[in-house]
Amino acid sequence: MPVEFDPTRPIYLQIMEAVKKSAVRGTHRPGVQLPSVRDMATTMGVNPNTMARAYQELEREGFIETRRGEGSYVTGEPGRIDDERKRLAEAAVQQFSEQIRDLGLTRSQTRSLLERIDEEAERS
Amino acid sequence: MRVEIDNLWKRYRGTAALRGVSMDFEPGCVTGVLGENGSGKSTLFRIVAGVTHASDGSVRIDGQPVGSETRGKAAYLPETDSFYSWMSVEEQLEFLSVFYGGWDVAKSRELLDFMRLTPGDKIGELSQGQRARLKIVAAFSWPSGLVVMDEPFNGIDPPSRRRILEVLMQEYRVDSQSILVSTHMVDEVEGLVEHVVYLREGQVAISGRADDLRQEKGGSLADIFEEVVL
Repeated sequence: MPVEFDPTRPIYLQIMEAVKKSAVRGTHRPGVQLPSVRDMATTMGVNPNTMARAYQELEREGFIETRRGEGSYVTGEPGRIDDERKRLAEAAVQQFSEQIRDLGLTRSQTRSLLERIDEEAERS
Repeated sequence: MRVEIDNLWKRYRGTAALRGVSMDFEPGCVTGVLGENGSGKSTLFRIVAGVTHASDGSVRIDGQPVGSETRGKAAYLPETDSFYSWMSVEEQLEFLSVFYGGWDVAKSRELLDFMRLTPGDKIGELSQGQRARLKIVAAFSWPSGLVVMDEPFNGIDPPSRRRILEVLMQEYRVDSQSILVSTHMVDEVEGLVEHVVYLREGQVAISGRADDLRQEKGGSLADIFEEVVL
């Protein structure tokens, strides 16, 4: 099934984010082979050239490695994926704190909210 | 195939459908020509396909001026198909295979199956969506370097549109084939086209790489359509 993209943002960037997230979550482990550009393009419902651009950019950033005639692999360096996890988590926290500030919540209100989220996560 | 268009004009009595259009289509790309009805899309495609002449300017396909030579290399899918209503689906494809060298019978069967078309059905009894699907089967059953599709989604039911898009993305040969697709249904082609040309009143309003335009304008291709064309 085609993945839903946000058409207002460059599609190749969204593909890059999707690949990075899957590595961060552990769906794609370090060193694992990625589907071919063609297969991935069909799965996601995007043009193969757009997919190729996403792969090229990921390679340029050192997030994936392409071996000639073999295919593309997620980087074998776990540190690279940890960096990405940290970067994504920081971005999420940043967004969260901006929204909380906009709502005018006090520190104690924020803390009790976080505790509740934590308890709910624990239970599930 | 590379398509180079230089200062193209098409004048009809008193009016001009194309007014100095210049553009380059890179080989191995899907380019969307986006514009309202009457913006000159169909005229442009008819000239590229070699079925009508320009009043001025030139079109070159892999360096060759359009004409009888280039006509045999491009698969042209006009908005209204020219299938024979009294033929069956199978007969129609056989008929076409005679005219197009390198017709791939196995591919044609595979695509018919994927498009859920029955070989024995009469063309005259097909729905609009089925006829549109058959056009795509015909276009991708022979290895042309250039596919020119005029409004392939117009008046077609959503499931047919999805099937057509899927075949396009699966079958198109990234290394050698160029696909030109015109449409005014821009949101249908967001994921498909890499390059876009917006036509307005017979002129290029804006053109570029789809993802670059999204970044630059902060909107979807459909948003840009509203901004520059309407």
